[in-house]
This record gives sequence, structure tokens and C-alpha cells, in this order.
Amino acid sequence: MDRRTLLKGLAGAGSLAATGGLSMPALSQGAAARTLRFVPQANLANFDPIWGTQYVVRNAAALVWDTLYGLDATLQPQRQMVEFEEVSDDGLVWTFRLRPGLKFHDGEPVLSKDVVASLTRWSARDPMGLMLKAIQNELTAVDDRTFRWGLKQPYPKMLLALGKNSTPCAFIMPERIAQTDPFKQIPDYIGSGPMKFAKSEWVPGAKAVFEKFADYMPRQEKASWLAGGKQMLVDRVEWVVIPDPATAAAALQNGEVDWWESPITDLVPSLKKNRNINVDIADPLGNIGSFRMNHLHPPFNDVRARRAVLAALSQEDYMRALVGDDTSLWKPLPGFFTPDTPLYTEEGGEILKGKRDFAAAKKLLAESGYSGQPVTCVVAQDQPITKAQGDVTADLLKQMGMNVDFVATDWGTVGSRRAQKTPPGQGGWQVFHTWHAGADCINPAAYNAIRANGDKAWFGWPTSEPVEKEVLAWFDAKNLDEEKAAVNRLNRAALEDVVYAPTGFFLSYTAWRKNVSGVVKGPLPFFWGVSKTA
Amino acid sequence: MVSYIVRRILATLPVMAIVALFVFSLLYIAPGDPAAVIAGDQASPADVERIRQSLGLDRPFLVQFGSWVWHILHFDLGTSIFTNLPVASLIAQRIEPTLSLMAVTLVLTILIAVPLGVVAAWKAGSWVDRTIMAFAVFAFSLPVFVVGYVLAYVFALQFEWLPVQGYTPLAEGFWPWLRNLILPAVALGSVYIALIARITRASMLEVLQQDYIRTARAKGLDQRSILFVHALKNAAVPIVTVIGIGIALLIGGAVVTESVFAIPGLGRLTIDAILRRDYPVIQGIVLLFSFLYVLVNLIVDLTYTLVDPRIRY
Repeated sequence: MDRRTLLKGLAGAGSLAATGGLSMPALSQGAAARTLRFVPQANLANFDPIWGTQYVVRNAAALVWDTLYGLDATLQPQRQMVEFEEVSDDGLVWTFRLRPGLKFHDGEPVLSKDVVASLTRWSARDPMGLMLKAIQNELTAVDDRTFRWGLKQPYPKMLLALGKNSTPCAFIMPERIAQTDPFKQIPDYIGSGPMKFAKSEWVPGAKAVFEKFADYMPRQEKASWLAGGKQMLVDRVEWVVIPDPATAAAALQNGEVDWWESPITDLVPSLKKNRNINVDIADPLGNIGSFRMNHLHPPFNDVRARRAVLAALSQEDYMRALVGDDTSLWKPLPGFFTPDTPLYTEEGGEILKGKRDFAAAKKLLAESGYSGQPVTCVVAQDQPITKAQGDVTADLLKQMGMNVDFVATDWGTVGSRRAQKTPPGQGGWQVFHTWHAGADCINPAAYNAIRANGDKAWFGWPTSEPVEKEVLAWFDAKNLDEEKAAVNRLNRAALEDVVYAPTGFFLSYTAWRKNVSGVVKGPLPFFWGVSKTA
Repeated sequence: MVSYIVRRILATLPVMAIVALFVFSLLYIAPGDPAAVIAGDQASPADVERIRQSLGLDRPFLVQFGSWVWHILHFDLGTSIFTNLPVASLIAQRIEPTLSLMAVTLVLTILIAVPLGVVAAWKAGSWVDRTIMAFAVFAFSLPVFVVGYVLAYVFALQFEWLPVQGYTPLAEGFWPWLRNLILPAVALGSVYIALIARITRASMLEVLQQDYIRTARAKGLDQRSILFVHALKNAAVPIVTVIGIGIALLIGGAVVTESVFAIPGLGRLTIDAILRRDYPVIQGIVLLFSFLYVLVNLIVDLTYTLVDPRIRY
């Protein structure tokens, strides 16, 4: 019996057990109802959402820091800290006014100078921020509540940049904290968001605690993702890090925790059987699997070798390896953009559709000059998503007649090795796997993986003028029709040049106890509007 | 005796220095880059490089090592790359759960294993002996995580007697503290119970055949005092040795157990630090563990003098 089978068996049996109060922490009924215990997807190892851009940091930061704008469930940026904005007729000067009465957790008012310092730090690290910085004339505080951003050329995506939920988000911090070098960690965690961070209770890797900020002034609109009124209905949110999935499942069944962000697919059937637990799709924007090739070295420096991979790659194989037989959890993806979003397109996606053609793949591979040299696949074994993809890839490449050098390692090693531009025999690589949050793939704004600007591109360093041309065309687009047209062309160009190979679109679950209400589907866990009965 | 203890403690310094150099070198040549982990998956290579520079990871090996040694000599274990908190405070946060787990496991192990071994030796060859030894082989063969899951399923999910995960500090009360530790201690202790029971049996069997035991029986002493006073004391040296080795092994076992039961101890801190390449934390923990290891060996050696007066230092 292997470990996975044992987990499933025990969790399955455990799901039939009733939950009881004996193993609950010694909280009074009222206190228990005001404390939400949440198991995050990963350990909160640092807490600077500009310095460290992991999703888990962003998710925690959304409680503590507020943003000027917030993306709602329709993917539109809405005013959050901003009361109103004006843009000059030539599109070069943006003037923003903050809502009155905004306060930081230390009691200080939120002023324009705080915003200016925060945006300055953010723009040194964020792709859209860097674009703004490159065309910036001035970013100044006009008065305590008004600030101005002057540009050398129009930037139609300004509000999206300030409200997007891809990391790093444009969180607003006090000036003294925001003046920290963007490549160094901030010393304090003071924000103006709905919850305060209880630094004294923070045990990195084990627990993080957030307490309701009494002076927070939510907007009057209904909450919608990061937009609208962030009404906190609990006094305290405790993040409990439980590294072992079986233990997390048992803790949820036992009532020791209230909400588990990312249950593994294997354990979902047993959780669904438990009458005290709700299970649902966590994020309708899901994730996109990625087979990333190195464009600098043979064989994948030749587009024919990359196209060979697309011709042979079966997304179904990848998705079944990732999420099992639950077909509601995945979709084929003949392109690069998130399904069911306004810019989704299958333009140029024929190569990923239909029966897989190994004969064509082998022919393309031969034309590329491939003659049996080892292909180094660096695969992180400690991430289930990368491990599953890596196993399928090893088999795929062998079927294509390639000589696979399979390097089984951990994510920390992949993270450093993929940055090596040296040939594979000298510490470099030819293939690695990752995945992209669908929320980051709704448009090219924060979609680093789609960029093909050579040395400046993401790992693999693809170069494609047509791709870059269409990315810029999207940024310059004035309306949705123009955006769609640009993204259609971009999708086709990225498939023709094979910036990377998408392995499919997949969803994941979240699970919470039935005495918790208000959990919504979204690209991150939203705690406002969530309540709990004892 | 005092001079011996001082000499032994002084002897730990070169050992720890060698361990420190070895670990630092190992981390330096090992693959992995904390900057890449910090920057996140979507970061650009340029961002990763900037973070490496800001952390001083681009400096030559000797400069980095020299800087670290300099801080150690000033009793400064450095700062975690990730949390920006002092390594000493991170260790301080995590040491209580680990020491608690080890202490409860050790007490449990001794209380169960030694009587089991004594009884098995006393009833050597009988069904009692065979049952105890079969249990020992079975327990020794089971991985800690399997025992952990089974215990959690039975005692937490089915009977609802004990919590599945977490840790309650001793300051919040003895029972809440113990309640959280029972399942992990039993899971972690199962291997050691088996090991120590077998060693106790073997050692007792040897002693029980000695002339003075026959004399004690002839004098009419009751079985309990023969076994637990006369025989056990003379059988204790190998048992104490194995218990000492067991304590060292518990450090390794705690890593798995803390992960299974979500105990915020040093074991989990070690795993997290290794996966993230948080070098200062790894180095701090290794130094601490190597010191603990040497200390345990010293305590074991000193314990010999208590159980066998013929041993002198």
C-alpha cells in the first residue's frame, strides 16, 4: 500500500465520522464564532507583498493593505481608496483624489505622500509599474488627499495597473515604510486594510493572525472580489499552516479549522461525503499548465522542434495526471488565455487540437537537426503539479524519439537552475514545468510568460517580434474590440513561434465547514463577507 | 569529574566549528537560490539577480563565510532571509514544541519499553515473550507517518478524544499541552519503544543468568525487586546508550512527526528553511542540533557513572 492510498483510505473513512467538540480549542462559543481558522495554500514565510511576490503573500496582504482600485468579479477595476479620478484630454495627466477618513492601523491618516511613496516602490518591481515608470513625467502629492501622475505618453491601462490582483499588487503603505528599497524587506506591516497583522503572534511557517481594524471604512457598494465594501464579519482570522494534506483534511473534518484553501484532488471525494463540509471550485479563473522550453539552446532554439512538441502533446494526458478523472476540473486549451474571460481566443490553436500526430512531430524534429542529444528536463518533485507534468513530459519526449535527461529535484533548485542561460551540460536546462494562475492570464498586462522579448523575457528567453508587437498593440488598445483583435493575433503568433506549450486549463477546489458562510469563488480567498456560527 | 565535564564541553567547540564549515560549504555548493524563491514564480531573471545582490549572495564564498563566523563569534546567528526576523528568535519560537515532543516521547518510551523488555526477558521463550517481540518487530517496521495517520483516524476522528494537529504551550496548562502531544509522541515513540524493548530484553537476559541473581532468588527475594532493582541496574549501560542514541534520532524523527501533526517545532522549521534555502536559519539549526547531540552524548556518558560505579572519569 502506498502513501497516497493510505491517505485516501483514512480520509475516506474519516469523512463518515461526526465532528465533535472535544477536540476543539478552548474558546468560548462567542469567541469561536468570531475567529475564523483558515489553512492557506502555503506557508507565509515573509510579509512584504512587493519584495516577495508569492501568491500566499499577496493573499495575506489583501487583508492588511488596501489598494487604490480593486478588480471586481467582472474583471473591471473599481475605485477602492480613490474617491474619483480625472484624466486630461490628451491622456497624459491623471489626477486622483483619495476617499476622506482613510486611516492606517497605527492611527495615522492615509495621505497622498504615502500613496506616492508606495507607487514609487511598487513601480520598481511590477511589469506594468515599470512601463509607467518608463513614461513618467512626475508623480507628486498635490495636497493631503490629491496626487497627480503625469506621463510622456497615454497609458490607457492605468486603472487596471492600480487595481489588478496579479502580483505585486499596488498596495498602499505609510511613506516611512514605502521608502524601503524595493529589493529589501519592509520592517513593519502597517496598512489601511480591513485587518491588522498581529506581528507578535506570527510564527512563520506555522501561524499568522489578523485582527479586525475597528477604524476601517469600507465602501458602501457590495463587495465583489477586491472591489466594493470589505465588511469584516469576524474579529480574528487565524492562518494555520498544515503542511500535510491528510492532516489538514482531518482537522477540517474534526472542526479544528474552518476553511481549507486548497484541498488536494485525492481527498476531495471524502470531504464531499462529510455532511458538515462544503466543497466547491475555488477560482473559476483556474490555472494554466506550462511546458517551458529553453529557446537559447538546441533542440528548442529551432522553432520546428518546439512545434514538434505542440503536434505531439496531449493536453488530456497532462490534465488527467494533474487532476485525475474528474473531467469537470479541466479543459483543453488551444491557446494561452484564460477560458471564459473576455479576451479568450483559440486563434491559431489548431496544432493543439485533434488527434496527436507523432509522425509529424518526428518529421519536424528531424528537420530541426535533432540527432539524439540529451534533453534536460528539470522537474520539481515537491510540487504535485510540476511532478505530474514532468512525468507526462518524460514519456512524451521519449515517444517522440528524444533522449531524455530527467533531473528530479525540488522547486528551490528549479528556481535557481532555470535562471541559468548556460548550455544544459554546464548547469543549464532545456525543459521545466510550472503553472500560471488564470487570473494572471486574462490579458497580457501581468502575463510575463507570454512575453517574447529575448533577454528580457521570462525563463526560456523566447524572441518573437510578432508576439511583442501584439502585446504593445493590446496596451495601446482603446476599447474591448481593439483588445480582442490584438489578443487574437497575439495568440496566433505565440503558437506559431511556440513561446511555451500550454498543457491545459485546470481548476482546483476549496473546502469549508457548513457553519461558515459567505465564501466566494475568486482568484484569492476573500475574507470580507465571511461569517461563522459557533 | 568537573574537569572532565569542562574538557568535554570545550571539545564540542572544534566539532561545532567543523560542522559549521561543512554545512556552510555544502549550502554554498548545493543547487538552489533563495532569491528565486523570494521573487516568486512570475519574477523576471533581472529581479532575481537584484534580490541576490541585496542579500549579499553574490559575494565570494570566503567573504560570506567570514561574515557569518564574525557574527557567530558575537553570539549573533544572523537574520532569516525570508522572515527578516533574527534566527535566534525563530529558534526560540520553535524550540519548546520540539523539546516538549521529545520529552514526552522519551518518557513514554522509557515507561513502556523498559518494562516490556524486562517482562520479555523474565518470560523468555514463552508466548508473552514472543508476543512482545512480535509487537516490537511490527512497530519497528512501520513508518512514523503511517502510525500517525492511523492514530489520528482512531483517536481524533473516530473517538474524538484528542486533537488532530497543533501545539498548545505548556504555559496554557499541563493537560492542554499534553493532549496535543499524546498522538505525536506515541507515533514518534513507536519505533523507539520497539528498539529499547529489544535491547532491554537482550541485556536483561544476560544479567539474569549471572550468579548473583541466582543467589538473590535463593535468598527468597521477590521477583519484582530481583528484576527491577538488582538485574535492571546492571543491565542499564547498554539501555542508557540506546536511549542516548534514540534522543539523537528523535531529532530526525521529529521532522516527520511535526509535519504530520502540524506541530510548529524545529523539525518543520528545518524542512521549511531547506526548501526555501534560508541559509542563516539552516546554519543556526544545524549548530544547535550539533550542540544538542554532543550534550546528549555527554549526559549519557555521565549517566554511566550513576548506574555502574566502576566507571570513573
